[in-house]
Amino acid sequence: MKKYISFFRLRLVMGLQYRAAALGGVVTQFFWGFMEIIALRAFYESDPAAYPMTLDETSSYIWLQQAFLVLLSARTFDGEILNAIQSGNIAYEFCRPIHIYDMWFAKSTATRLSGAWLRCIPVLMVVFLLPKPYGMSAPADLLHFVLFVVTLILGLLVVVAFSMLVYVSGFYTLSTDGAKILTGAVVDLFTGHLIPLPFFPEGVRQVLEVLPFAAMQNVPLRVYSGNLAGAELYRAIILQIFWLAVLTAGGKMLCRHAEKKVIVHGG
Amino acid sequence: MITMDNICKSYRIAKRNAGFAEACKSLFHREYEDISALKNISFTIHDGEMVGYIGPNGAGKSSTIKILSGILAPDSGRVLVDGRVLWDMGDVKCKPLIKQEKCSRIEHVRQIGVVFGQRSQLWWDVPVIDSFELLKDIYSISIPVYRENLEELTELLNLKELLRTPVRQLSLGQRMRCEIAASLLHSPRILFLDEPTIGLDAVSKIAVREFVNKLNMAHGTTVILTTHDMQDIEALTHRIILIGKGRILMDGDLETLKKGDASMDETLAELYKTYEI
Repeated sequence: MKKYISFFRLRLVMGLQYRAAALGGVVTQFFWGFMEIIALRAFYESDPAAYPMTLDETSSYIWLQQAFLVLLSARTFDGEILNAIQSGNIAYEFCRPIHIYDMWFAKSTATRLSGAWLRCIPVLMVVFLLPKPYGMSAPADLLHFVLFVVTLILGLLVVVAFSMLVYVSGFYTLSTDGAKILTGAVVDLFTGHLIPLPFFPEGVRQVLEVLPFAAMQNVPLRVYSGNLAGAELYRAIILQIFWLAVLTAGGKMLCRHAEKKVIVHGG
Repeated sequence: MITMDNICKSYRIAKRNAGFAEACKSLFHREYEDISALKNISFTIHDGEMVGYIGPNGAGKSSTIKILSGILAPDSGRVLVDGRVLWDMGDVKCKPLIKQEKCSRIEHVRQIGVVFGQRSQLWWDVPVIDSFELLKDIYSISIPVYRENLEELTELLNLKELLRTPVRQLSLGQRMRCEIAASLLHSPRILFLDEPTIGLDAVSKIAVREFVNKLNMAHGTTVILTTHDMQDIEALTHRIILIGKGRILMDGDLETLKKGDASMDETLAELYKTYEI
């Protein structure tokens, strides 16, 4: 276990030194968040009762999404891991007494955490000060705040387990570009990244809610404002745990199979 | 002791002619060719031996090293490390061993060190010492052993000034010295050096050679070296294994082949000519 923690630690420390990337990210996220809220506000003005989430809840959803973008986005991948497969540097990783899957899992979790840590603080500090309804509201209550933290961690792990499938697919296809484009289109819609899931029409929404994509950002971002509560909330947490178990087990199996047939080309 | 027994390995390569029509055709139907990289390779290397593994480009050197380090599965044949099975793919010629003790990849890599001259194992953006500390945890090296090894390697490879520098700012020679140190922190019994002196200047080359000699003398480390630099071979090994077109052509003492005062390079060129490789 200690070796994976060290991996995690080193990647975390390393990620914290990319200041310019973080600054660029913060600026983009402010801009994007504002655009989304202003567009939505126009809709709300016509008839606020027609929407499943209040404008306050939606603003909090969008700002949290922007603040924790690197943590929860299912379409950002760890370039180092993709590169290791393509360049063949993976040869060294196979020569170590470690399990590739576990190591990558630790590495990729750390990459996300370090990136999010640098970006979320400035974003959150500013959006709390913004006037209603543009700014972010306080959490619904203490319980929902605690559950927000719990589901945020679970959501992060589900995202990492999902992206591991893309990394492992690199063993079979050599280039993960195809898998990245394919998943990119799907996840933007299905995770609630473009439009929160409650906005989807009845019937479609119920299906989306049980998919693994709903176990990512959808849960924590809605728990925070209290939009997701009661029995529905507990069902969502159970689904998060379920998908985490399924995705990790599947990824591990695939990885073990790939390890047996992998060929590192060149001298 | 390492024993390779009748190892075969072939690669499947997709082939097509040039041109647009050919490219379209290959979308539906691909032609593959099986290239056999290793044909019945067998040899034994004893503990503490230093062996030069030489041959032209594409002869199968790297494939052999990858099989020996447990990262590439052969098609047939078997590899034993200290009497334990690393690979046993069976074959008509060698019956599968019954109840032989297995050696898993993870167990095996614990006792080997590998340096791929053309790749890097150090973390690019952080100081060298961070990579070393990580390796300490990956191999679960105890703190006293780690300190002792680090001190020894720092002195022998002259790393003192380099440890706190980010890897991206090291010169190739400096980086290679760090790479070699990184492969030896866990005191491996077997060291694979795959073109360790490629691209290095004269001073760095000599430093690497001297270091490997000292290591072998002090710790009895088994060293398997692949290189195109015959001076490496001359400085380090007595025994050479010559491989060409996937077969072992010669296994013995290079000194005996030397004619008069021909240089090592000339001797090797002569050998390549004789075997038509």
